[in-house]
Amino acid sequence: MSIVLRAAAGYCVVALASFYALVLVPQGGDVTVMINGAIYSSYAILALSLALIWGYAGILSFGQAAFFGLAGYIYAVAGLNIGDTAIAALLAIGGSAAFALVVGYFVFWGRLSDVYLGVITLTVSLILYRFINQTAGEEWTIGVAPLGGFNGIPATPILTWFGRPDEPLMPEQIYLLSVGALILCYLLCRLVIITRFGRAAIAIRENPARAELLGYDTRLYKLGVFTLGGILAGVSGVLFANSVFVSPTMFNLQSNGQIIIWVIVGGLGTLAGPVIGCFLMLALSTWLGTLEGVAWADPNLVMGVALTLCVVGLPRGLLPTAAMIGDAALAGIRRMRERRPSPVQTVEERP
Amino acid sequence: MDYAVIVLLQILLTVANLALISAGLAVIFGMMRIINMAHGEFLMLGGYAALVSHQAGLNLWLAIFVVAPLSVGLIGAVLERLVIRRLYGRMIDTMLATWGVSLALIGLVTVLFGNTVAGISPPLGSLQIGDYAISLYELLTAGVTALMFLAGWWVLARTRIGLVARAAMQNREMAAALGVDPSRVYAATFVTGAAISGLAGALVAPITGVVPSIGATYIAKAFITVISGGAAILSGTLSAAGLLGTVNAAFSFLMSPVLGQVALLACAVVLLRLLPEGVTGRFFRRSL
Repeated sequence: MSIVLRAAAGYCVVALASFYALVLVPQGGDVTVMINGAIYSSYAILALSLALIWGYAGILSFGQAAFFGLAGYIYAVAGLNIGDTAIAALLAIGGSAAFALVVGYFVFWGRLSDVYLGVITLTVSLILYRFINQTAGEEWTIGVAPLGGFNGIPATPILTWFGRPDEPLMPEQIYLLSVGALILCYLLCRLVIITRFGRAAIAIRENPARAELLGYDTRLYKLGVFTLGGILAGVSGVLFANSVFVSPTMFNLQSNGQIIIWVIVGGLGTLAGPVIGCFLMLALSTWLGTLEGVAWADPNLVMGVALTLCVVGLPRGLLPTAAMIGDAALAGIRRMRERRPSPVQTVEERP
Repeated sequence: MDYAVIVLLQILLTVANLALISAGLAVIFGMMRIINMAHGEFLMLGGYAALVSHQAGLNLWLAIFVVAPLSVGLIGAVLERLVIRRLYGRMIDTMLATWGVSLALIGLVTVLFGNTVAGISPPLGSLQIGDYAISLYELLTAGVTALMFLAGWWVLARTRIGLVARAAMQNREMAAALGVDPSRVYAATFVTGAAISGLAGALVAPITGVVPSIGATYIAKAFITVISGGAAILSGTLSAAGLLGTVNAAFSFLMSPVLGQVALLACAVVLLRLLPEGVTGRFFRRSL
């Protein structure tokens, strides 16, 4: 399959999926589907953020949930205090970007190798988890917003339009917003990786020493991509806070682990793969939750086994493997056609 | 005066605890360059092994010092054969695969024992110092930790096994050419690391209790200690545990235990910005 054709097929699938999610599902009018859809989409943006920074810039962040949770908390606290949650959302995304800048400064200017970087980012996320987890009680109140410790902030406010703080969005609107944001974020990532900046980041992933000798400041490029990842995770955190509510579990080890699982299962080095992986794994754990009386259906057990099996047995992930199988099948068809001379040339060769 | 003694002892205990929970990870990471994300679960399994065998009527000391390291070492051997062996030299893949193992072990133990806290009451009572008391059992764990590091130093520096192990880690091909089977040395090292983690988990179990997800509370501390320590296993882990444990204990006294942990982790992040290769990347470079 030629690269152009594959890209075209990819965009067609994305367009079809968007059409389904944005037009057909709201017409169906099933609110449960839409609430779940909003949660899935917000998680998928989180998967995109790791897909971008790990798959394209080679930054292995084990603590991407730190930005996700931080944005959620900033959004909730600012929203409760200001009242205009649209401004709170912007503050939250800005806050998580700023935090990514700070963390990025420490890890990239310290020139930590990727494995250390993973552990440091995970540690940062766990610091936040520990800290937020113990904020139960009166003394941990910011303005009018109690941090709530282990329970989180169940009264997380719902997003409103700019300037109309007393008209919270309906679940349908939150759903459309989340899916729309997912599609926009996907297109943004696509755009970033074809710019000069994105290509330089990919070059740095491939060979940092060579890129540096060619005059690129690898630290700056990595910091740029990492901050972009922080922004995406921030968007995801705000949307998640709207569909569920913010709680310390947003930062914990399982949250961080599942992002990695989505990327690994879907396929590292692709953008759509992790989104697919995210949907599949979430659907799997939802389904496991509906099983009753099945002892082995512990989500941790299933997720862990899935991750280990994927790393050992399917190291390239679902999407690249599927593309490889597709390529092999097409090549097989082409060979068979070449053996039997036919008047029509192969269809794929046409522009 | 009594208070000062208690504070000093408490700092010592924090440092020893940090060194204890990091020791198994340090062996596996320092020797094999494998980041074992399932380390916290090895500790958790050690705790469960001691708890279950003690509840089955076994003497507590036997349960802690024999059953826990043996059973976790066995689990380590199985994992090495099924997962780790396929991924040698692929650091990130090993890290991810062991993370999967970690989640799977949490899930498995939850299925087997339920998501509840279980405990063994700490034996030995407490030591009175003036108006204050300190648990004798905790002092004993500190002593065991010290013995463990001494024994580790003796094995690595003074015995043939230690020499062979260090050689195989330094230059796999050359060791193989001289008649050492590197894959056996690797397997033995991993199992040793797992057994040490099992012992450590069993030792801390009476202090903290056990719950399937307890690994997560150790893992950040253990990783940060080993990584801040740098390449040298023993002196690195000890120096990092000394530094971070003191920070942790100091902040726990001044503010709250949770802020002590936050200070520990924050201190490590800053330390790694200053010394990216850990303490032993700059100081005590030629030590073990």
